[in-house]
Amino acid sequence: MTAVQAGPVLGEPVLEVSKLCIDYGLPEDGGVRAVTDVTFTLRRGEVLGLAGESGSGKSTLAYAIPRLLRAPGVITGGDVIFHQRPVGGGPSQAVDMLTADAETLANIRWVDLSMVFQSAMHALNPVARIEGQLTDVLRRHRPGWSPAQRKERAVELLQMVGISADRLRAFPHELSGGMRQRVMIAMALALEPALVIMDEPTTALDVVTQREIIEELMELRERLGFAVIFITHDLSLLLELADTIAIMYAGRLVEMATATELVRAPRHPYSQGLLNSFPALHGAKKRMVGIPGAPPSLRAMPAGCKFHPRCVHAGESCLSVEPRLARPNGSFSARTVACTLQDGSRPTPAELALPDPAETAPSRFRTPAAAVPAPSDPNQNLTVGDLS
Amino acid sequence: MTDSVTPPAGTAPTVVHGPKREGTPALEARGLTKHFPVGRGKVVHAVEEISIALPEATVTAVVGESGSGKSTLARLLTGLIKPTSGELLLDGKPVGTSAKALRAYTSDVHLVLQDPFSSLNSAHSVGYHIERPLKLHSDVRGAELDAKVVELLDRVSLSPGAEFAAKYPHELSGGQRQRVAIARGLAVRPRVLLADEPVSMLDVSIRLGVLNLFDGLREDERLAILYVTHDIASARYLADTIVVMYAGQVVESGPAEQITDAPQHPYTQLLLSAAPDPARDQAPELRGSGSPPSLVNPPSGCRFHPRCPFAMAVCKEQAPPSLPVGTDQVAACWLHSPEHKAEADAVSAQI
Amino acid sequence: MTSTLPTETMTGGSPATPAAPARRRRRHYPIKVQVGAGITLFFILIAIFGPELAPHSAAWVANTTNGTPQPPSGSNWLGTDNTQHDLYSALLLGARSTLLISFVAGAFATVLSVAMGVTSGYVGGVTDEVMSIITNIFLALPGLLILMVILKPLPPGDQNNSLVIGFVVALSSWAYGARALRAQTLTLRDQDYVVSARVIGERKRRIVIYEILPNLLPIVAASFIFTVIYGMGVYVALCYLGVVSPASGSWGTLLQTAQASGAIEANQWWWYLPPALCIALVGIGLALLNFGIDEIINPRIRSSRSKRRDVKFQLGLTPVVRPATSTVVEGEQL
Repeated sequence: MTAVQAGPVLGEPVLEVSKLCIDYGLPEDGGVRAVTDVTFTLRRGEVLGLAGESGSGKSTLAYAIPRLLRAPGVITGGDVIFHQRPVGGGPSQAVDMLTADAETLANIRWVDLSMVFQSAMHALNPVARIEGQLTDVLRRHRPGWSPAQRKERAVELLQMVGISADRLRAFPHELSGGMRQRVMIAMALALEPALVIMDEPTTALDVVTQREIIEELMELRERLGFAVIFITHDLSLLLELADTIAIMYAGRLVEMATATELVRAPRHPYSQGLLNSFPALHGAKKRMVGIPGAPPSLRAMPAGCKFHPRCVHAGESCLSVEPRLARPNGSFSARTVACTLQDGSRPTPAELALPDPAETAPSRFRTPAAAVPAPSDPNQNLTVGDLS
Repeated sequence: MTDSVTPPAGTAPTVVHGPKREGTPALEARGLTKHFPVGRGKVVHAVEEISIALPEATVTAVVGESGSGKSTLARLLTGLIKPTSGELLLDGKPVGTSAKALRAYTSDVHLVLQDPFSSLNSAHSVGYHIERPLKLHSDVRGAELDAKVVELLDRVSLSPGAEFAAKYPHELSGGQRQRVAIARGLAVRPRVLLADEPVSMLDVSIRLGVLNLFDGLREDERLAILYVTHDIASARYLADTIVVMYAGQVVESGPAEQITDAPQHPYTQLLLSAAPDPARDQAPELRGSGSPPSLVNPPSGCRFHPRCPFAMAVCKEQAPPSLPVGTDQVAACWLHSPEHKAEADAVSAQI
Repeated sequence: MTSTLPTETMTGGSPATPAAPARRRRRHYPIKVQVGAGITLFFILIAIFGPELAPHSAAWVANTTNGTPQPPSGSNWLGTDNTQHDLYSALLLGARSTLLISFVAGAFATVLSVAMGVTSGYVGGVTDEVMSIITNIFLALPGLLILMVILKPLPPGDQNNSLVIGFVVALSSWAYGARALRAQTLTLRDQDYVVSARVIGERKRRIVIYEILPNLLPIVAASFIFTVIYGMGVYVALCYLGVVSPASGSWGTLLQTAQASGAIEANQWWWYLPPALCIALVGIGLALLNFGIDEIINPRIRSSRSKRRDVKFQLGLTPVVRPATSTVVEGEQL
């Protein structure tokens, strides 16, 4: 296995996004803002879960980072810095993704930053064999390799994602949905990128397949040390696999915390509402209410806090003042939230003021025994994107 | 269980799945089988010998992966597609095959589809969608008709109804569209509502609202509801009874909480361990990898045996009967057969 | 260009914010549609009022003994032909039969293609197979040859009957549209709203007319315009070949007489060029209209352009337009 390297160097940033704004169409064309002032830092080996409903801007954000957003998408503000590891080692170089030209971007995409899309059927070429599609990536970026070397690597990649080598000659339509998504993951990892952006990679799959793929992915992450931005509407899934979770609503980050913090002690009423929207698999059945209303239209954004029309705690100030992402009042963790209930100006309801959980390893996949005080990764607790 | 089921001599008694209630169920299906021909003499065994009873004021959830036949089952129950064999009984009476009988049937059984973005015609207003079934199945006309439309929209919490009636589908959110689709179903005053993944395309935060609407309809309209889903947690939340399907067959059925708390079939166990569960402290252990089999050439014996970690010799040869495993709970699995108990214990001990 | 944005693209999923309210606003049609509609309208007016506008009747002959065609002059704007008929008048007079027959043919062909395509697509089974075979035969047959065979034995009276000629021309041009409509109907037939209509017990005919047809209208419109263009081509060809020769004359007839009298060799451009240009212009006008319909149906084509000249939408290079581009200092936000 050539892919085995030294473990992830945690702590070093791989992607810094600050105050990123994305519009669909320019103001002159009657455009609308889809993403507003998004700021976060992703560190090497970290899994950032991006959760939100349709129209929340989560996919827009994900496509804008590698500048793959299609027309009429326009980036209208902020910065995206990618820390590229130079070929052959040495300290990483900061690349400004928003000023980079097509060639620089082409050298980063797939090599250092790759993507996995929701529909593998549409992302794979239906008339080319799996082998060809895997080796094409290598031919483009590993020009020195012989065909035999490329084939060997293709076999290795397939086996890595749990597909036997005899499927190399298969066409995409001959594979099941789960296998196609595995092929997509193998392709994304072919050049050992530092960051993989995954847009709803398992949404179209059945629960059993989804679970298998997630487990393989987390194992690979452990071994290869790439960072992941995992986009999904399924918060319950994220809670199990992400280190850090960012909740998006109406194009803004409304809360960012470790998975444990978020599930045990949500701070934003929307996060809490989302958590209460998933019926439990165990315990007594109780009537749940979800969140009243529907997400706002991009063309008719409410003033003030964008969540206030659906919020049971909305106060006078919420109607006009948009809260900023900040550390919640009284919290000693690195988490942030954008809500006036948490800035000390108003009393915080008890259910939004649960104590921060003791810091244990956030990802259950990484440290199965929850009681172990995570000696292996001392840096991990600091990965919540030191934002404030 | 109804006493109207008389098993043919020489075969095992037919197990009727679904909530157990006194009296005649609103809709009952007996031995429904659907084979789709796919050319060259091959057939897809989509649904195999399913008997299910839907009593009024109950919710029955059908849970399974894609290709398990759960949607085909729902469509068979609508009468939209003809079963290869088996029959439907509405209030205990067999449903005729004439066009007239089928049209009458459509006023009693309604189907709500998965995708609220394509189940309404963008060329027509919300009001039109609700008027049509009223015009087709009742004599209500004129101002009375308009009032009825408004009433139905209010019933599904689309208020003010008059305003919503004038809107077009593209002006509504996904949740609102799904409510329109449900209101249209209620317009025909059905006895039975079949819902095929009605919330899976909706945003997480509005799913519960639609599920709670179904719950209210069960009580208020005394509807017999069939809820088809892949999400076993929501099935537990809404349903009285859960029916688990795998590869065109029912593998386990019983009261909802019993199924999720004490699943007896290895497939149900696999499904539950794979479901996301924030309450879980560590990664679950998946027992049974791989994917569902081809339904053109389904495996011999138990269709789950190639994936089953507990598979015994008998599983490859003989399809298991539905065996009682708890109060009103049955599982089609040889592990629960007294004849194979010794072997089953040995296999379980190994794992 | 409208400001309608395809909100569907926002998250690749379901549109939480329908693009539609914008559809209600006054629509600014794309420039292509405006130009196309302008050209088409201009020629339609000429077809209607041509005979009134024409300075001379078809029978009028210039008062000259010269047997050769006269080039354009103050009295004969487009000159005369070898029999000293005024060509400007002939052009105006010929517009009517040319356009009338094109549109009649387009209308007949559209009706035929809708009937054949939608029925075949919705009903399916044996009906579909038989109808598809018929459609394919008409697609494969050399249309012009068939028309010549059909038209030759027609009595001279029918040769001047626009409905008859239009219908016969339509016979050669309906099959493409039928194929496209059949394919689209097959897709629509499995749409959930059609299934829903069946669930509530709607009858077949009502489903076809009220549920399927409204969603086929853009294709029907495009197919109509296409068959008008095609029909004009066929009609001009038939006239040019002399298979039909309407009493009122047509642009095709003008071309035919010009060719027969050797106008092209003699470089008498005023004779053959104006009708040829008119035919081309009508074709361009209709084609532009068709492009415009495409843009209206598919907003993605439209939205991939900006009013700002300096902003280019390019696949794989999302444009960045920042008020003032600031370079970030590394670790700034720490």
